[in-house]
Amino acid sequence: MGKDSRLILDPLADNNPITIQVLGICSALAITAELEASIVMSISVLFVLGVGNVVISLMRNIIPSKIRIIVQLIVVATLVIIVDLVLKAFAYELSKTLSVFVGLIITNCIIMGRFEAFALGNGPWRSFLDGIGNALGYGIILIIVGFFRELLGSGTLLGFPVLGDPIEKTGLYALGYENNGFMLLSPMALIVVGIIIWVQRTRNKALIED
Amino acid sequence: MEHIELFFKSIFIDNMVFATFLGMCSYLAVSKKVSTAVGLGAAVIFVLAITVPLNWLLDQYILQPGALSWLGDEYASYDLSFLSFIMFIATIATMVQLVEIIVEKFSPSLYNSLGIFLPLIAVNCAILGGSLFMQSREIPTLGLSAVYGVGSGIGWFLAILAIAAIREKIRYSSVPPALRGLGITFIITGLMAIGFMSFGGMLTGGDEEAKSDEKTAATEVIKEDVKSDTEVKTNLDVAENLNK
Repeated sequence: MGKDSRLILDPLADNNPITIQVLGICSALAITAELEASIVMSISVLFVLGVGNVVISLMRNIIPSKIRIIVQLIVVATLVIIVDLVLKAFAYELSKTLSVFVGLIITNCIIMGRFEAFALGNGPWRSFLDGIGNALGYGIILIIVGFFRELLGSGTLLGFPVLGDPIEKTGLYALGYENNGFMLLSPMALIVVGIIIWVQRTRNKALIED
Repeated sequence: MEHIELFFKSIFIDNMVFATFLGMCSYLAVSKKVSTAVGLGAAVIFVLAITVPLNWLLDQYILQPGALSWLGDEYASYDLSFLSFIMFIATIATMVQLVEIIVEKFSPSLYNSLGIFLPLIAVNCAILGGSLFMQSREIPTLGLSAVYGVGSGIGWFLAILAIAAIREKIRYSSVPPALRGLGITFIITGLMAIGFMSFGGMLTGGDEEAKSDEKTAATEVIKEDVKSDTEVKTNLDVAENLNK
């Protein structure tokens, strides 16, 4: 059991897919201007990676290694189509915000990376845990970035104005605080992730590259 | 004119790396040396230039709602757009494989320089992203889609070339230990993205809906200012007329 729980816990911090393995950056940066979009994206990846890892793991002995990339792409693409249709049906506005980035889960390197590195060599249950762990590690970074960008950029969290009303100058705004609209622009996502990496590596010296 | 405009727009304003963060994985992983960065960049241009027009044809004649009407009237109501992800990625994967075989056969020297990067490219988000953006931006003609593919490829090439050159130089600077490698690369890319944002003023007009709410709010304020200015002017005119 100890070994299995490591599969989930490791990717959350010391082997995080985004900050350590450098996988799946594209979507992590593009859709994190709002916390809600980050959460939905994390859940979508959780579903695709969890189920996809199990499917690939079940098929690992019958996939010819020469065409495995195409087989993996087809499996992911099918799962992503399911996610896309579900989003369009139940959260249409949000699926507009996420736009092409739902489709880009297909080429999210985390997914292909985990298929190649783990699901092709391990049983379904362990692959499932590995998928969940990595998706959670991905989700944590997304949610941290989304949290700070939405809080500092528009003063809201999940759409609720937590810092007061910027127009009527209530709450923090009464003290002269202003929203930093720059946080909503794309370059700040990169810088926020850079700072997360900095903090993480300062706390754990073993992760420092030379 | 339209073609040139789209070409420069896709290189600078909608730069794949700095505006939409596509292909970041390989951008970060393969940018340690300029020579490998050039190889991967060239392969990306090559594959984008082939797959975007191909997927445009697929989108126009198979996937769009009503696209099957060339088969006959009874097919006109079909909407296969939900299949676009799987069709696009299958096209890309097979094209990459095909290009690899053809290049190996006819130009071994090109294969030696591009070859190792081609398999990497099938799973590069920039390639699929190019096709998906082509679809969502509703690019009207085959020619424009080819221009879009080449332009975004060149944009990606410029980005990876720039970061590779900076990373080669930054080895001689004393970066804080915890930021070395990945951290500083992220922050530099962020700064470069801020720089590239200034290209946004290169083409004015059009693409209004893509701008964020804040920007539209700002332009509204400006419009109001302009309006009040014109009001002042008309008042002045009236006053002048009266004086006359």
